[in-house]
Amino acid sequence: MVKILEKCQLTPITKLYRVDAPLIAKAARAGQFVIVRVREGGERIPLTITDYDAEQGVITIVVQEVGATTRRLAELEVGDHILDMVGPLGEAPDIPSGGHIVGVGGGYGSAALLCLMRELSDRGEKTTIVMGAREKDLLILADELGEICDHVEICTDDGSAGFKGFVTERLQEMIDGSPPGRPDYVIAIGPMPMMRAVEKTTAAAGIDTTASLDPLMIDGTGMCGGCRVTVGGEVKFACVDGPFFDAHEVDFDEAVSRSKMYVKEEQKAAACQRSAREVA
Amino acid sequence: MPVKRADKTPMPVREPEMRARDFEEVNEGYCFSHAMFEAERCLRCQDPVCIDGCPVRVPIADFMHAVAAGDMHKASEILRTANPLAAICGRVCPQEAQCEMKCHMTKRFGPVAIGHLERYVSDWEMAQPLNDEVAKPWRDEKVAIIGSGPSGLVCAGELARLGYHVTVYEALHAPGGVLRYGIPEFRLPNSILDWEIASLERLGVEFVNNVIIGKTIKLDDLFSEMGYSAAFIGTGAGLPKFMGIPGESLNGVYSANEFLTRINLMQAFEFPQAETPLKVGGRVAVIGSGNTAMDAVRSALRLGAEHAMVVYRRSENEMTARIEEYEHAIEEGVEFHWLTNPIEVLGEDGWVTGLKCMRMELGEPDDSGRARPVPIEGSEFVFPVDNVVLSIGTRPNPLLSRATPGLKTHSWGGLLVDERQVETSVHRVYAGGDAVTGAATVILAAGAGKKAAEAIHSDLTADTA
Repeated sequence: MVKILEKCQLTPITKLYRVDAPLIAKAARAGQFVIVRVREGGERIPLTITDYDAEQGVITIVVQEVGATTRRLAELEVGDHILDMVGPLGEAPDIPSGGHIVGVGGGYGSAALLCLMRELSDRGEKTTIVMGAREKDLLILADELGEICDHVEICTDDGSAGFKGFVTERLQEMIDGSPPGRPDYVIAIGPMPMMRAVEKTTAAAGIDTTASLDPLMIDGTGMCGGCRVTVGGEVKFACVDGPFFDAHEVDFDEAVSRSKMYVKEEQKAAACQRSAREVA
Repeated sequence: MPVKRADKTPMPVREPEMRARDFEEVNEGYCFSHAMFEAERCLRCQDPVCIDGCPVRVPIADFMHAVAAGDMHKASEILRTANPLAAICGRVCPQEAQCEMKCHMTKRFGPVAIGHLERYVSDWEMAQPLNDEVAKPWRDEKVAIIGSGPSGLVCAGELARLGYHVTVYEALHAPGGVLRYGIPEFRLPNSILDWEIASLERLGVEFVNNVIIGKTIKLDDLFSEMGYSAAFIGTGAGLPKFMGIPGESLNGVYSANEFLTRINLMQAFEFPQAETPLKVGGRVAVIGSGNTAMDAVRSALRLGAEHAMVVYRRSENEMTARIEEYEHAIEEGVEFHWLTNPIEVLGEDGWVTGLKCMRMELGEPDDSGRARPVPIEGSEFVFPVDNVVLSIGTRPNPLLSRATPGLKTHSWGGLLVDERQVETSVHRVYAGGDAVTGAATVILAAGAGKKAAEAIHSDLTADTA
């Protein structure tokens, strides 16, 4: 059981939690994740560690309501407990030093970049974050990321804040020389189609790119193989070999297809949750 | 007819049509009169050989005599002392290849049903009123057990009985390891496992779920920061093997581990009330022939598959499953395709549609001593299927060894142990079960846990002397 110490609403569908998890906070490194289960009979879902504080024994997670489990999680309040949390899982990425490092975050993916970008800035790297959302109100942690990175590039589909367009379009401008300049290394975290689009953009420009994959997984320890992804023609387990992989080697078509395996079931679980609530 | 010439008393089972639709236990267990009659079939050999067939040398003849005398209390004591997981082993041991194979009754009338009686006595023990008192460790030393599968549970129990403070760390949210996530409830009900764990808790063993040694806590920190004097690694062999054939990442292809974990640990059979889904179509092919393959294929039936089939490249003779599981699977309507080797999973729009196979014939014996299956040229054909479940074996999980410099493994992943077969390359870190041997049986893991506990006790006693 993990106690919720702080909760704040980032967008209408995104919540930030600070939870009491001293062992995880002590062991965590930027880019790793946890697996949580919210109730008996509930699913196990992976969530990126947004931030960690070893001294206080606290980790931060950001949850976007997308399915039955994340909706249940979003309903928890300060003082409530998350039934199970295990981690830190996966390996921290090995980002090469020197040059201009650009983090590209789509939607809640920006949250996953927070402690990673801070670590890189602390290391003395030149850092830029390119973050995107549909509209201004859906942007998350822009101020926090602004404090950490040398440059923040905000993109919205409707132009309600920053650049009007996709993160990949802004990225392309930077590659073409628009300030803050061409990236030497790109870290992409966000929805699978966004990461695929970033990969295509950087591949054309020959820029090394890593992507944090979040396929379906159960145990997170390499036991089920449900999170397998094909990277450079080899089958890898995102939970133990990842979550970061060379984006240019990832078979995104397969990864996107696998991520949609249970779309119908997720709708069914959500409907069941709604009807249970109506009865109550 | 004299008892000694009677056939083996059959295990009462639920009707195949009924049981193949739910996850309730298939075997119903002996009643008192079955047990008394069956124990009476034992020949009272002067020099019993059944014990030689048991990996942990349960004094089978002694417990058999106690049952025949109607002294279940004594019988259960004899059993539990020798094998702390008797209720589980009575259900899942391959007795026909162990104790019962040695029984002198085997050739003429069928062996004494040692496994069924082991189960009967353990079930009797579980039905007795419990003493709620929790034992207090009386020694100073703490021992950490890594993994709560069979070897870890036995090691924990033995050390707790010797007075050590024992903590069992489990990566998942519930203890039991493969007994929880792997073996389905129709073969091993969770209530049996829960009872075993509760009895360990009464011995003073502490269980901590959701902690991965190597990730949440480094192995070294158990000693340097947390004050443990020894650790036992019983992390099993949970890493699933894939065949490396095209189409394995299509939607609808599962490792047996994933398929069974979704069912056993996550209760996918109760979806959507339980929120973990599992896609089971009308036609399911399970590749492999071990107990895990039988568990997967019978689970597929229970989840509504109309055609649940086993596809195996060798023949029935080389099948590795327990004979009882095989017989139960046939009764329940599982289809078996022997000498059939899958070469490709076919798909459409990302989903499995078929399994392309080749017919095989048996050739000369291979390294394993079994006849080598050889493909028959031009024999390719396709099974139309909705799911493929790969049950072709598992390897030790490398998570802890990767995270722990100095913890040495064989090239295939098994942990290296000393000449006593218990201590790893890290001082006072012991290991046993599948993590050392590769995938094997519950009873061998239990035996390894017991042996490691004895070594830990002897080494820690020497340390303090």
